Amino acid sequence: MAEIRVESVAKSFGGFAAVKGVSFTVDHGAFFVILGPSGCGKTTTLRMTAGLELPTAGRILLDGEDVTALPASARDIAFVFQLFALYPHMNVRQNIGFPLKCQNVPRAEIRRSVEETARLLRIDHLLDRRVGGLSGGDRQRVALGRAIVRRPKAFLMDEPLGALDSEFRRLMCGELRELHDRIDATTVYITHDQLEAMAMADRIAIMNQGRVEQIGTPQEIYDRPRSMFVADFIGAPPMSFLGVQAALRRGDRSIEVDGVPVAMPELFEDRAEGSFALGVRPENVSFAEASRLRGRVIGAEYLGTTQIVTVTTANGRLKARLPSSQTVRVGETVGLALRPDRLSLFDASSGAALRSSLYEGGAHG
Amino acid sequence: MAEVALRNVSKSFGAVEAVRGLSLAIADGEFVVLLGPTGAGKTTTLRLIAGLERPDRGDIVIEGRVVTGAVPAERDVAFVFQQYSLYPHLTVYDNLAFPLRSPARRMDENTIRRRVQQVAELLHIEQKLGNRATALSGGEMQRVAIGRALVREPAVYLMDEPLSSLDAKLRAELRLELKRIQRELGTTILYVTHDQVEAMTMADRIGVMNDGVLIQLGTPREIYEQPNSAYVASRLGTPAINLIPAELLGGAGLPPQARTVGLRTEHIRISAPADRQDIPPDAPLARVHWVEHLGDQNHVHLRLATHSLVTLADPAQELKAGDEVSLEFSEPLYFDQAGNRVEVHGVRERA
Repeated sequence: MAEIRVESVAKSFGGFAAVKGVSFTVDHGAFFVILGPSGCGKTTTLRMTAGLELPTAGRILLDGEDVTALPASARDIAFVFQLFALYPHMNVRQNIGFPLKCQNVPRAEIRRSVEETARLLRIDHLLDRRVGGLSGGDRQRVALGRAIVRRPKAFLMDEPLGALDSEFRRLMCGELRELHDRIDATTVYITHDQLEAMAMADRIAIMNQGRVEQIGTPQEIYDRPRSMFVADFIGAPPMSFLGVQAALRRGDRSIEVDGVPVAMPELFEDRAEGSFALGVRPENVSFAEASRLRGRVIGAEYLGTTQIVTVTTANGRLKARLPSSQTVRVGETVGLALRPDRLSLFDASSGAALRSSLYEGGAHG
Repeated sequence: MAEVALRNVSKSFGAVEAVRGLSLAIADGEFVVLLGPTGAGKTTTLRLIAGLERPDRGDIVIEGRVVTGAVPAERDVAFVFQQYSLYPHLTVYDNLAFPLRSPARRMDENTIRRRVQQVAELLHIEQKLGNRATALSGGEMQRVAIGRALVREPAVYLMDEPLSSLDAKLRAELRLELKRIQRELGTTILYVTHDQVEAMTMADRIGVMNDGVLIQLGTPREIYEQPNSAYVASRLGTPAINLIPAELLGGAGLPPQARTVGLRTEHIRISAPADRQDIPPDAPLARVHWVEHLGDQNHVHLRLATHSLVTLADPAQELKAGDEVSLEFSEPLYFDQAGNRVEVHGVRERA
């Protein structure tokens, strides 16, 4: 299908800079997710890509062609809002065929396209039903059908699953991704839900305050977050941070936390005395009676296979993902072990990750 | 003595039976969560206890007193709704004090101040007492709404999805907070949600509801590990339990009544056939359809004949779409034709 290039795009509304120089490339056939909290500029970025907003600066290229100034109708892109918006007075066939009818496509061709689309979505047996009587899942499929029936070069989706309850959302995530693969589409999808992003994306761009904080595969972003913002936004529960005061040297392989040396990936830079945050994911924390790094258990949340245990330490709160077979008592003091090769270290004032063997080892560039 | 009890309570709205023969006893200081999809009858149950609805049959007992015919004001309950419903023109302090200033209570301002202060500290909003309610963030507003219920110290708190309008992060924070507050104060809470994580993490006991019926009541661990039906098994666990037609697993060694085998994602072990020698030769083979990367773990979507399965795999395990893998199972749950659990006592065999 299409390659989308967004180059140094910026957008201001009056005095407010919503997007401040965003660049990314979405490859042919990729599923690209822009992830961020509300107000981070992700919707504005998507709307500029669609041609619904004109950028203040920068360029947008669709298959190499500069479309920055073209209106949405001239871009051959389908923009999908919340998927529940169907026309209640029309049946399934009419709902799916509507975009083609608007373009004055001949009736026989509409019929053919609608039936092909319905087969793709496995709703061809529902074509003559009214949308009112359909299950939630089938309604979503009809709405998707309406988006894909035109076979545009790319799909831009703005939180299409936002209105659904969590379990149904998980189900639709799988279906959306599968559909994307089946029709070989290029998709840009925005969400504030990190699980949706992790589950569907080939690559994720995380935005914060109008800027891209990091672009990478889900695993890369999870394992090597470039900033505390990213580390905190990804993961459920997110990464925990222990505050440390230290002077650091290139080649260091441990850092003192509350007077206890904690092993970490080899550091690749020198830093003067300052405040740092040692970042650890919950699955990389375990209890070790012998450890001198101590904390007090303040909560345990049972999740079936695992439990999330919250521990307070002299340097901050930590969350541990432990097997639920392990007995944990609220109020008890425990020793903590952190998996050395998976620790991140951040500059506490800028939030940026320090270079280390973890970050430079497997990362691209 | 149970603080709150429903005895065989039913309620219909026209032709719809919203609650059918529900019996439930909530002990003093217990946190009970009713879990179910939209339309399961959870909210109706809360409204029946609060006195906002009258049951067609059955009785409601609060602190040993039958209150079935009593109006809401005569019942010692506090209701927290999904929407904040604060008074926008009042400060946080006045919002919290409001229930205490009701003419029915005649509480003096000194006592009120003490109570409001106490609750505000508990909820970490003591710095915000002077703010207008509208000047708060969503999480703070919902804390105030919960606080307004807490100042009253009723026999039971009824909470109807109080966290569902918050974003995921805040929801996770308030979950922990609410559980802490409940434990510290020893309050009795009946809490309604469709979110299984809320139910699992906060409840002393979970009641799983569907179509107006309480299907199973038990601790989170009981519900997760010993579900009484395929329905309950599928309500808890992310990703959901795999329910596989028994004939796909070859039938040998299965209880005769078993029609469906439930396998939690963590109870399926996959390995490439070449990798290991000790795999039984009759282990079912499946094909990797899709690997979902979630950071701490991968969900591997498999095709076993015509059936889809999901299992967990360590991110280090290299798998890609199209790979053939053999499956080994542990701790299977068996369900009969009707979806009810088939007990196999003391047997933990390989399926």
